[in-house]
Amino acid sequence: MKRTLILILIGFALALWPLGGYQEGIVILMCINCIAAMGVSILTGFTGIFTLGHAAYMALGAYTTAILTVRYGVHWFPAVIAGGLMAVIIAWLIGIPTLKLTGDYYAIASIGLGEAIRLILENWQSFTRGARGFPGIDPYTTRTMAVVIFIVLAILMFNLLDSRLGRELRASRDDGTAASLMGFNTPRTRMKALVISAFFCGIAGSLLGGYMSFIQPSMFDMMKSTELTAVVVFGGLGSMSGTILGSAAITLIMEYFRDISQYRMLIYGLLLVVIMVFRPEGLLGSHEVWELLRWRRKNNA
Amino acid sequence: MPKILLEAQDIHVNYGAIQALAGFSLKLMENEIVSVIGANGAGKSTFMNALMGMVKVSKGDIFLDGYPLSSKNYKVVRSGLALVPEGRRVFAPLTVEENLRIGAFTRKETADLQEDYDWVFSLFPILKERLNQYAGTLSGGEQQMLAIARALMARPRVLLLDEPSLGLAPIIIREIFRELKRVNEQGVSILLVEQNARQALLLSHRAYVLQTGRLLKEGLSKDLLEDKDIKAAYLGQSA
Repeated sequence: MKRTLILILIGFALALWPLGGYQEGIVILMCINCIAAMGVSILTGFTGIFTLGHAAYMALGAYTTAILTVRYGVHWFPAVIAGGLMAVIIAWLIGIPTLKLTGDYYAIASIGLGEAIRLILENWQSFTRGARGFPGIDPYTTRTMAVVIFIVLAILMFNLLDSRLGRELRASRDDGTAASLMGFNTPRTRMKALVISAFFCGIAGSLLGGYMSFIQPSMFDMMKSTELTAVVVFGGLGSMSGTILGSAAITLIMEYFRDISQYRMLIYGLLLVVIMVFRPEGLLGSHEVWELLRWRRKNNA
Repeated sequence: MPKILLEAQDIHVNYGAIQALAGFSLKLMENEIVSVIGANGAGKSTFMNALMGMVKVSKGDIFLDGYPLSSKNYKVVRSGLALVPEGRRVFAPLTVEENLRIGAFTRKETADLQEDYDWVFSLFPILKERLNQYAGTLSGGEQQMLAIARALMARPRVLLLDEPSLGLAPIIIREIFRELKRVNEQGVSILLVEQNARQALLLSHRAYVLQTGRLLKEGLSKDLLEDKDIKAAYLGQSA
């Protein structure tokens, strides 16, 4: 398939392009942010469930992987998968009572849940070392590894959205009642979306731990959660390629302005305001990038 | 004697303290078209939603082929009921084709849908022209056709329609009702809820008249069309 091929080509470019150490770091960070944003995108953009607590799933992934690799000497690969799975399990447990909430109510609940998980990590000193953070993580996240995982997950995600499940998610986003009438078990549909999104965020967290070598609960606070959702809105709700482009763009822009660090949030805020004013539907709206290119070609012909 | 396909017995539905249905019973035979008519708030839509498992039935039983019907809506669809909801409720940001594919969700993934597409396009050819258009850009009549086609993609044994004439021009209503007759001739039983009593009675074989949650009258549609009270109350003619 053409899309898969292009993604693989992008992957090769990202992984093999000769870069200095600093630029390599940016590429890794971009991949991590994109993975987390894809996770939030499937939930918020495609299933219509607004979340403001997904940094917590990143934290769960990061801590699971860190503890497994440092304390128990597990190889990073199974540990990263375990990080994703831990996020899945917790998301599932949390989802049972909270996914009955819809719209704004879920968003508010998710803030509480996100903060609760962060506070548990912060206060469970004996296990997580609390607010002092968790040092000494083996820097297993290399550029190649981050890029490969990102591309694999992206291919997976795009195929998922094209499948029956993708239609199921969109249908229950657009009209939950009508979706029920088509024979969807809509509560289960919402659960599937939450669990998949938690998996992506968990993996992203695990990679972040391996990149930074050090994690602490405050890295996964509400700021981070808000940022994840903001990036998805910025890229366009209901557009996975928009999410990836938006996330990559924001990572790059934020890096570019690192010199004036205290003004970075100002620029970030300005950027969001500008896009919301001039393109309230986000960078790509609810369309994928190839759909837009196809229309353009058709209109020119 | 034709076989009973769907039977509702003594259905009660409450919304808080308000009783929307107070013991309504209905039978639908195989290959039959039955309509339920009544004024606003009579409980018609509630009855449809109760059949589909979308509202809780506080008392009463529903049988399909003599077996109790599940009260979980996704199981109801699987057992062969499909509802065209009031106000159409097509998936506006999705294309016509995607809407139809979602309608076929309960079918096996490997099922060959080509035959079904051909079937619904033969009923509503306009949908074929609009295949890649977003459902939200269709006219009201086209959306109603899409909603019906979407329900048919599930290959239901009973097609339920809640106010299919709502907000449509008379000429479109006639077209849609003509196609519903064709659907029925191909072996799909139809249960129709309508405020447009005349159209409903002209299409259906039998009808029930519902008033504030209770049965007022039932009988052959052609008799009800001539009924003095019905004429005065629902058909807008003085006796």
